[in-house]
Formats: sequence, C-alpha cells, structure tokens
Amino acid sequence: MNEEEEIRIGVFVCRCGVNIGGVVDCDEVARYAATLPGVVCTSVNKFTCSDSGQADIQEHIRKYNLNRVVVAACTPKTHEPTFRVCCEEAGLNQYLFEFVNIRDQCSWMHIWDHEGATKKAKDLVRMGVYRAKLLEPLEESEVAVDPNAVVIGAGVAGMQAAMDLGDMGFHVYLVEKEPSIGGRMARFDKVFPTNDCSICILGPKMVEVARNENIEIMSYAEVVEVEGFVGNFEVTIEHKPRYIDMDKCNGCAQCAEECPVEVPYDFNEGFGTRGAAYVPFPQAVPLRAVIDLENCLRSEGKKCNACTKACDRDAIDFSQEKRYSKVKAGVIIVAPGSVTYDPEQRNDYGYGIYDNVITTMEFERLLNADGPTEGHVIRASDCKEPMRLGFINCVGSRDIKTNVHCSGGVCCMFNMKNAILLKEKRPEISCYIFYIDIRAPFRGYDEFYNRARDIGIRFIRGRPSEVIELENGNLVIRAEDTLKGEVRNIEVDLVVLGTGIVPHKDIEKISKMLKIPRAADGLLMEAHPKLGPVDTVLEGVFVAGGASGPKDIPFAVAQGSGAASRAARLLVTGKTKIEGITAVSDESCIGCGLCVDVCPYGALTLDEKENRVMVVEAICKGCGTCAATCPVGAMEQRHFKNEQVEAQVKNLFTLA
Amino acid sequence: MEAKFEPRIVAFCCNWCSYAGADLAGVSRYQYPPGVRIVRVMCSGRVEPVFIFDAFKNGADGVIVTGCLPGDCHYVSGNLNAERRVEKTRKALEYLGLGAERLRLEWISASEGMKFAEVMRGFSEEIKELGPSPLKSQVKNE
Ligand SMILES: Cc1cc2nc3c(=O)[nH]c(=O)nc-3n(C[C@H](O)[C@H](O)[C@H](O)COP(=O)(O)OP(=O)(O)OC[C@H]3O[C@@H](n4cnc5c(N)ncnc54)[C@H](O)[C@@H]3O)c2cc1C
Ligand code: SF4
Ligand code: SF4
Ligand code: FES
Repeated sequence: MNEEEEIRIGVFVCRCGVNIGGVVDCDEVARYAATLPGVVCTSVNKFTCSDSGQADIQEHIRKYNLNRVVVAACTPKTHEPTFRVCCEEAGLNQYLFEFVNIRDQCSWMHIWDHEGATKKAKDLVRMGVYRAKLLEPLEESEVAVDPNAVVIGAGVAGMQAAMDLGDMGFHVYLVEKEPSIGGRMARFDKVFPTNDCSICILGPKMVEVARNENIEIMSYAEVVEVEGFVGNFEVTIEHKPRYIDMDKCNGCAQCAEECPVEVPYDFNEGFGTRGAAYVPFPQAVPLRAVIDLENCLRSEGKKCNACTKACDRDAIDFSQEKRYSKVKAGVIIVAPGSVTYDPEQRNDYGYGIYDNVITTMEFERLLNADGPTEGHVIRASDCKEPMRLGFINCVGSRDIKTNVHCSGGVCCMFNMKNAILLKEKRPEISCYIFYIDIRAPFRGYDEFYNRARDIGIRFIRGRPSEVIELENGNLVIRAEDTLKGEVRNIEVDLVVLGTGIVPHKDIEKISKMLKIPRAADGLLMEAHPKLGPVDTVLEGVFVAGGASGPKDIPFAVAQGSGAASRAARLLVTGKTKIEGITAVSDESCIGCGLCVDVCPYGALTLDEKENRVMVVEAICKGCGTCAATCPVGAMEQRHFKNEQVEAQVKNLFTLA
Repeated sequence: MEAKFEPRIVAFCCNWCSYAGADLAGVSRYQYPPGVRIVRVMCSGRVEPVFIFDAFKNGADGVIVTGCLPGDCHYVSGNLNAERRVEKTRKALEYLGLGAERLRLEWISASEGMKFAEVMRGFSEEIKELGPSPLKSQVKNE
C-alpha cells in the first residue's frame, strides 16, 4: 500500500437483532464512530452478517472507495471468515478488515448497564478504528493437500469416516490401538432403542472396512507424533509387535488353546481368562492372533514354545520388534471414543469390595451370548442367577464428588436396555432402576422408556446413599424415593452400576499432540458446539464420536460421516489456503538468536553469513512469540505488529 | 468522576483459549464490570512488556494477560514465554512504583467462561482496593 494513500474507513455497527441493539445504543455508537479520524461512512444494520448486511458493506466499499472496514458485531471466532470473504468479494484485501466484538464481550456482558455498555462499545470501536488505520494487506499462500487421510480410532465413528473417505477414492490409514477394530460396540449384546444384536450389525461393517481397498488398517498401533500443517501432515505411527506373521496367521486360535498362561480376559471386562497368545474375539478384524509378551512365560525367562508348536502355519515370530512408520496425510480425523467411569477408585457402592456389585459394561458381557457365561446372568458370590436386580444410574456422573457432567442420556438408556433385555427373557425377575432424571431424548427413546415401565421394571427416583452387603451376598440399596418422600431399603441379589462417560486416558495425549483443546468434561472440544461440531480449531483436523462428548451409536456414525465430508472438501480440491499471519524479520536483526530459541516450530533459522534470522513461512504458525522476544524490534508478527497492537492499547479508554 | 472509582482493566487474551473463554462468558451471560477491555492477540506469548507499559501510560489501572492452560497453548509453549515475561515485567512495575499487583497472569481455557468472569470480577475488585493507578493523573488522550 502506498504510504500517502488516504485512509478511508467504513464502520458497520450490528444490532444483532436485540442481542446488541437491546443493550447498546447502536445509533449512538455509529454517530460517535463518524467523528473518528479516517472514518468516511458508517452504517447500522439489524444483522450485518445477513445477505443484505453484507451487501450493504460491499455497496459502501464501492460507493465510498473504502480501504478499511470495521465491523462492530459479535465474535471473530465465528464471523471473521464471513466478513473477510465479503470484503475480498468487493475487492478489498481481507486483512484490511477489523472486527470489534461488542456482543459477547459487551452487550451480553453488561446486560443491566446500558449506559456502561454503550460507552464501552464506543471505546471498543475507537480501538478498532485506530488499529484498522495501520492494517496492511497480506497474501495467503496456497498449499497443496495430500490426498491421504489418517483416522485415529476404529470404533464405529472412525470406521464410518474411513469408509466414506475410502469410497470417495481417498487413501485412508485407519489407526487402531487395540488388536482389532470395532471399538466399544463390538462388546455389546444388543443396542438400544431397537435392541438388535450389536455384533450382527457391526460385524459386517468391520468386514467391509477390511475389504475396502482404499483403507489400510493399522491395528495394534498408535499415532505418536504429528508434524506439519493442513494438507501436509506427517504422521508417525508406532506399531506394537504382535509376534505374529500377519500374512501366515489365519486366526484359527490353535495357539490360544495351547498357551498355558491364563490372564483375565480384557474383552470380557476381566471375566474369564485368555492366554498370552489369543485372538481378540471371534469376529475380530483383522482376524489374527496376538501375543501379549508381558504375560508370556518367555518374558519371565522360561522356555515355553507351546504356541510355536501349536501353530501349523509357522506364524509365530518372537523376533518382531516395535517399529515406526511415517505417512503423509492431508487431513486427520480423531475418533478415539471415550470410556466409562471406573468405580474401583472410590469403591462406589461397594464396587471392588462386594462380589455382587458390577458395572454396566460387565453386565453387557454377561448378557452377551458370546460372553463368559454364554448369556446367562449369574452373580459372582455363588454363581446363582440373580432374581432381583438393582440398576443405579449416574454413577460417576452428575456428581460433584467425581464428575459433574451428564452422560447425555447414554447411561440412562443403557441401564434401561439391560433391564429390558433381562426382563423380557425372564419376566419373573424383578428389576429396579434408581435414577435422578430419565433422559431419553431421541426418536424411539421415550417409547423405550415406556416399554420398560410397561413390562414392569420399577423406577425409583433417587440417588442411592449406600449399598449394604448382607451375609448371604445379597445387597440392600438404601435410597430416598424423592417422589414418595420416603427412605427405601430394597434388597436385591445383584447391583449394576450405570457408570458415566468419561475421557479415554489417551485423550490428554491426543489433545497435546494435535493441540486440540479439551472442554470442561475433559473430552475434545469442537470448533463450534453448534456450527462446527466435527471441526476443530485446527485446520485439517476433525473430531467424531464419543471423543467429543457422550453420544449414542447413530450420533457417532453421523459424526463419522460428517467428519469425512468436511475432510473431503480439502481432499477433493487438493489445495487450501493458509493464513497470511506469519512472522517477518528486517535488516535491523543483530543475529542474537533469542527468537530462534523460543519458536516452538523451528520456523526460524540463523543465517550465519548474513548474521540475520530468516523465517520459513510455511512452518511459521504466527504465534508472535518471536516478535515479543526480539530485543531490537527486528522481528514482527504480521497483522499484530507492535504499532497495530499499540494503537489499540492507546485508545482503550476515554480519558477525562 | 470523583464519586466512584471504576477500575480500567486491559486484558490481553490469546485467540485460542482465553478469548474464546471470554466469548463463552458472554454467551452464558456471566457478568463482569464494563471497565474490562480485551485486546486480542494470537498467543499470550505475543504480549511484550511495552504493550503493558503502554496500557498503564494510557490510563489502565490494571493489566491482565491470559492464555491457555500450561501444556495447552495452541502454539505449544508460547504461554510459558508469556509467564517468564510477565514475571519480569511485574518486577519492573514494582521498581517503578506502580506495584506488581497491578499486573496479573491467568490461564483460562476456552471452556472456562465462568472462570473468565470470576477472574475479571476478582481482579477488578483487587484493583479497586488498590485505587487508581498513580500514572493516571499524569496522562491525557492523544
Ligand atoms: C455400557 C454402554 C452401553 C452402550 N449401549 C449403547 C446402545 O445400546 N446403543 C447405542 O446407540 N449406544 C450405546 N452406547 C454408546 C456407544 O458405545 C457409543 O456411541 C459408541 O461406541 C461411540 O463410538 P466411537 O467410535 O466414538 O468410540 P468407541 O466405540 O469407543 O471406539 C473408539 C476406538 O478408538 C480406539 N482408540 C482409543 N485411543 C486410541 C489411540 N490413542 N490410538 C488409536 N486408537 C485409539 C479405541 O481402542 C476404540 O477402538 C453404549 C455405551 C456404553 C458405555
Ligand atoms: S498364529 Fe498360528 S495358531 Fe495362532 S491363530 Fe495364527 S495360524 Fe492359528
Ligand atoms: S511467529 Fe511463532 S511460529 Fe512463527 S516464527 Fe515466530 S515463534 Fe515461530
Ligand atoms: S495460544 Fe493461548 S497461550 Fe498460546
């Protein structure tokens, strides 16, 4: 921009319906703005972001030959892209646009103080105008998008995302931590609200994933490092040794049968045992054995080779080692799911102490025909079939002691499901459900609740205060029935804890690795809870399924497809733009190298010959830390140059 | 103006966490006094001492720098640089007679709207106790 060019600013004040207009006197703000230096026109709109509001901006740009636009409205977090495009369309470089937030941080913040809010809005607009004067046009660079995708987690959400992208012709690396894909759903007996057989609907989908020629399943593997940026991620995957030659093994499980080791069977929630050599479960994909060396007798120095002998395909290979591979990907979809609260840590309701208190996940396995008891529900203390069951909802959720968050109806629904399944099989069994509120929000869910009531499941509204074990192993649940207003002591044979949804232990790692923030419940945060439910704040990285909040299966599947389609926008066009906000250095650099040390991305290199630091713009992410560190002011951050920020700071307050 | 002292607070918020936290405070209608003014930067690591001094020079009674929780900085470690820098600047403010208490650093995540409002209310109260910045009487608008 040439130095002498006259600054011509247009200020557009938005009423946002009554959101701003109901508190802030927008006309007064516009009148005030008109008095500020450089402002040549102002306009007030009911909704500046609407078609007509944007057209108004564009008309003003043309009519008044504006070279700066200031919009005083909501938040740049959601609307900056909209107005930037609007300006570009009218021929104004998008970085010459300045956003002033007079809603989220003004009218909504000072609802009762109309005068204070109006005064503050004027101050904020003044800040914006002074900053706008100093803005400079920037160019966005275009980068190519690699046509591959990485999907982290192969539960039902990740599988759906991988299949959709695979079907569109993009190569997908589906990285699953466990030896088989399928996730949590593979463990259920039936699924609400239809109560159809879980593995019967999931199994074929798992096979389809394996058959999809564009999907490369990397099971027993984990993403350990992500470098690069949208379109150009370089993803490092750690492959745990399986000690099985995947090409030779056919999953016959002979090795598992001969393995002398017995460890609690994780897939069955610890019920029953498996060998150190085992096939994860009968429908596993890939259907291959795995040897867990930690429990193998060889790791104790013993010379067992029962599995090697048993295997007639010569598939056992103890020479395997942990290995790493690197893949390139344009997009990443994160779908590691969530887990249920572990009541062992606090021995909630005697869990971990009383034999006959179990969790819903454990109950799911007992009910399952493929489970440890072939679908017969029995209790641990005497292996007898319980005739009276107490299901307790919200264990480790909606509780200030453990986790205040609600599991979004998932745990209400799964406890009802299990009670219904049992009761429909054996009507003479009594089931009690202790609940705080029943949350059954979607199609068929309330009907499901009614069905539970109709078949005689008894609902007691109250969070039990304690569970007491009797000598014969029976349990007394003590709870205040808040509808009747009386304390009840109900004796049952088995207690099932409906444990709440909490983050997977890997969520923290994943959030740090990819820099996706976490929400208050500890799960991953979406870019916008309403309008960007599968986007993240990171360009090119998407979330789906239980990892970003409690969800049922249809919701998780829909998000898997949603994330795939959001990701495909980038893959299809094969290119994307990256922001122009980067660091830039000038010749006053003294080569001290202080900035080089603080750059988190290694985007700065010291040119020894020139004794001057250079910025690699494709790597720079524009945090500005280097600019703040430079002792001589040789390093600047575009769009947040010292003078630009200082212009704001200097005009924060009206001084008397 | 004599009647009531309403502290003027400048809050430097990073784009990714604390600015979003401030938005969430608004969406949830958690209130704080209008004397708080937010300046958005991409990362708390961008905030230089000169911005802070400028704020005081131009009438601020208190300055607060907010960023993502340690380990959660969108740019890995910008907030750690911010922490070091704010610590040094606090010492300088003490030396200059403004008092270290007038500068604060807080980590506020995008989901902590309530915390954002609480911190702003609390800081504003503290500054109220301290009284107007001694620099203020000496400056005028440009
Ligand atoms: C007890 C219980 C019963 C339920 N019953 C029903 C029901 O009847 N009907 C219904 O609609 N919903 C039900 N749900 C909800 C349902 O389980 C979820 O909606 C669904 O499983 C979410 O799918 P997902 O793919 O997001 O996560 P998951 O199924 O949890 O899959 C996540 C996958 O990611 C993998 N993973 C985790 N971390 C990593 C990592 N770092 N790297 C690689 N891979 C990783 C995991 O191993 C797992 O395979 C129930 C939930 C529970 C807890
Ligand atoms: S390793 Fe051999 S014995 Fe074991 S499952 Fe594979 S083929 Fe069968
Ligand atoms: S702005 Fe941040 S990412 Fe870019 S060079 Fe400077 S320190 Fe590195
Ligand atoms: S981005 Fe928030 S502190 Fe760095």
